[in-house]
Amino acid sequence: MSKEEHRIVKGQVMVPYELALGRTWCHFFDCLKEEKIMGKKCRKCSRVLVPPRSFCPRCFEDMEEWVEVSQEGVVETWVYVNMPFFAQELKIPFISAQIRLDGSDSGFIHQIAGIDLSDFDKVRERVKLGDRVRAVWSTEKKGNILDIAYFEPVK
Amino acid sequence: MAKEYRTIRNDVALPYQWALGKTWTRFFDGLKEEQIWGTKCTHCSRTYVPARTFCPDCFTDRTEWVPVKPEGKIVSWTLVKATYHGQVKPPPYIIALIQLSGTDCGFHHFIGGVETENIKKLRQKLKKGAKVKAVWNPEKKADIYDIAYFAPVK
Amino acid sequence: MGKAVAIIGTGQTKHGRRSDVCYPDLVRESVTTALQDAGITLKDIDGVVLGTMPSMMEGVSSTHFYFAEAMGALNKPVMKVETCGSTGQSIGHCGYYWVASGMADIVLVVGSEKMSEGDGQATMTTVFDPFFQRTFAAGAPGVFTMQSMEWMYRFNIPEDKGREAAAMISVSNHDNAMDNPHAHIRVRVTMDEVKNARIITYPVRLLDVCPASDGACAVIFASEEKAKKICKKPAWIKGLGFRGEEFFYGESDKAIWMSATEAAKEAYKQAGIRNPLKELDVAEIYNPFTYQEMIFYECLGLCPRGEAPDYVLKGTFKKGGQLPCCPSGGTLCSNPIGATGLIRLAEAALQVTGKAGARQVGGAKLALSHAMGGVDQFNGVTIVGSKL
Repeated sequence: MSKEEHRIVKGQVMVPYELALGRTWCHFFDCLKEEKIMGKKCRKCSRVLVPPRSFCPRCFEDMEEWVEVSQEGVVETWVYVNMPFFAQELKIPFISAQIRLDGSDSGFIHQIAGIDLSDFDKVRERVKLGDRVRAVWSTEKKGNILDIAYFEPVK
Repeated sequence: MAKEYRTIRNDVALPYQWALGKTWTRFFDGLKEEQIWGTKCTHCSRTYVPARTFCPDCFTDRTEWVPVKPEGKIVSWTLVKATYHGQVKPPPYIIALIQLSGTDCGFHHFIGGVETENIKKLRQKLKKGAKVKAVWNPEKKADIYDIAYFAPVK
Repeated sequence: MGKAVAIIGTGQTKHGRRSDVCYPDLVRESVTTALQDAGITLKDIDGVVLGTMPSMMEGVSSTHFYFAEAMGALNKPVMKVETCGSTGQSIGHCGYYWVASGMADIVLVVGSEKMSEGDGQATMTTVFDPFFQRTFAAGAPGVFTMQSMEWMYRFNIPEDKGREAAAMISVSNHDNAMDNPHAHIRVRVTMDEVKNARIITYPVRLLDVCPASDGACAVIFASEEKAKKICKKPAWIKGLGFRGEEFFYGESDKAIWMSATEAAKEAYKQAGIRNPLKELDVAEIYNPFTYQEMIFYECLGLCPRGEAPDYVLKGTFKKGGQLPCCPSGGTLCSNPIGATGLIRLAEAALQVTGKAGARQVGGAKLALSHAMGGVDQFNGVTIVGSKL
C-alpha cells in the first residue's frame, strides 16, 4: 500500500457559456456604449430600477417605460476588498460600492476608483457614506458593465 | 438601436483538488503497478470495480480487497463521433462498458486497437460478450488513463 | 401546520479539512451516525433529501447522483435542494413537509460540502448575475461586509463600538467551539487578536470570518406515531419560516432585511412565541461573519433595531447569558456550507433533548435554528421544542 494513503487529485472544470441578454438588458448595454445609464420605471409602484428589469420584482408587472438616470449618485455602502481568489476580474485592492444614482430607486453596484487605494487608512478617511460620486467612462466601449470604468468622488 | 437580442460569451473555469480517500488511492496506486483492484462485499459476495469503501447494495463497509484480472467481456459500447468542449480526446473513439472477469458490475473505459472507419466491420468485432483485455499506458500517472484502452482478444 | 413531526436522530462528521476521505464517504459518515443515533436502519427510511451549495463547489454536477449509495437512497425517492447558505434550513423544511403531509413516515435529510476541494469564493461569485454585479462581487465577504457597513451607517453605530462587539462575538464563538468535538476551528482567540487580524474586506478581519470546511450532517424526521414508538426523547418541530427577496443586490434594504425578519415572524407565529428573547432557551444562528450575527439578532427579533452591539456588550447572547447563541461555536468555527443550516437544526435538536454534551445549555426546552443563503437573499428559521 502506498505511503500517501489519502491522495488529492488536482483538476479544473472549464465550461463555456453563451448567455442571452434579452431585450431589456441588451438595450441597457447599448445605451452604456452611448454613455447613458438607463433604468426602467414601474407603472404601478413608480420605482425606477437600475439595472433595468423587464418586470417589477415587487408588483410582477411588465416594466415598459425607459428612464435615463443621472450619472451621479450617493454612496449607500461600500467595501474595501483585499482578498484574492481564482479568476478575479478586478485587481485587489478595489472598492465595491452600492450607489444610489439620482433619479433611481435602487442601489447600483459598481466600483469606486480614481483615488489612492494603497493605504487603507487614507481610503477610510476619503470614502464616506453619503459621498457623491460620478461615472467615469471607458474610452473603449465593449457593451458590458465596465463601459463605466468606475465611479469617482465628486470634489 | 443595434440588434435587439444579443448573447455574451462567458467561460467559467474553476480549479479543484479532489480527495481520493483511502479506497480510491489504493485503487489508482494499483493501476500504476498494472493491477486492477476490486472489493468484494462479505455480506452479498458482489465484487465491484473500481473498489468501493462500502457495498452500495448492503450499505456495509465489510468489504475485502480482491485482485481483478485485466480482462473481461463487452456489455455494451458506442462509437463517439460528436465533439464537445473539454472532450477527453478528439473523436472518433469508442467508449464501452466492460464486465471484468470475476466482477459483478460494468467497468467504463475506452476500446481501442480497432479500425473505426467501417461500422459494419466494427459491429462484427465488438459483439456483446466479445473478450477484451487491458492495454496499459507505458507512462503511468496513477489515474484512469494508466489503462490506455481495452483491446479485443483474437 | 401539517401533522406533528419530530427529529429522532442526528449525525455529524468531524468538520474540517477532510482530505482523508472522498466526498461520498464523508456523506456516509454522517448518515451512519444519524441512523445509529435514531436506532433504525435504512429499511425504515421512506425518502431522502439532499442539499449542497452550487454543485460547482466540488466540480461534480448534481451531487445527489454521486451520493445515492452513500445516502442509502437506492430504490427510494430522492429530492435535491440548493439554496446556497440556507440550503440546510431548506432541506430540513423539505424533510418536515414530506412527513407533515403524511406521505412519508420517516425521512432522511442530508446536507454536505467539501470546501477544500474547490475555490469557495470563485464559486460563490458565480451566484451573482454574469452581466451586472459579478465583476464587483468579492465572494461572500464582499457582499456581507457591504451589508454590515450599511447597517452600521443606518443605525449610527460608531466604528469602535461595532468593532468591540464583533470581537466579543468572535471570542465567544471560538470559546464555545472548544466544547464541540465536531467543530473545525478549535482555538481560543483574544479580543486583541481579533481586532488586529489581517483585513479581509474592511472592517471584517480574518477572525471575523468563518473557515471553509469539509463536513456533512444528517437529520432524521419522523411522524408522531413513529417518533413515539422509536425515540425516547424526540425534538418536536414547533414552527418554521422561509422567505426570499429580490435577486439584485441593492434592490432591497439589507439593514432591515425583510426575508430574515419575516421568516422569523412566521416561525414564531406557528410556535406561539411572542417574546423570543424571553421564551427561547438557546439559538443557533447562521453567523459566518461576526458583524452579520448582530444584524440577525435584530431581524430575528431578539433585540431592537440598532441595539445589537449593546446587547452583545452586556453579554446577553454569551454562554450563561439570557439567550445563549451558538453554543456549538456556530458557523464562525465550522462552515461546510450545504450542511451548515442543517447543523444549526441538529444542534438545536440536541439542545432540547439534552444530548448536547459539553455544549449543553442547562434545561433547554425551546431552541431556534436559522440559516441565510445567496446574495443576502433567502432566510430560513426552524424552531424545535422538547414537548409536542
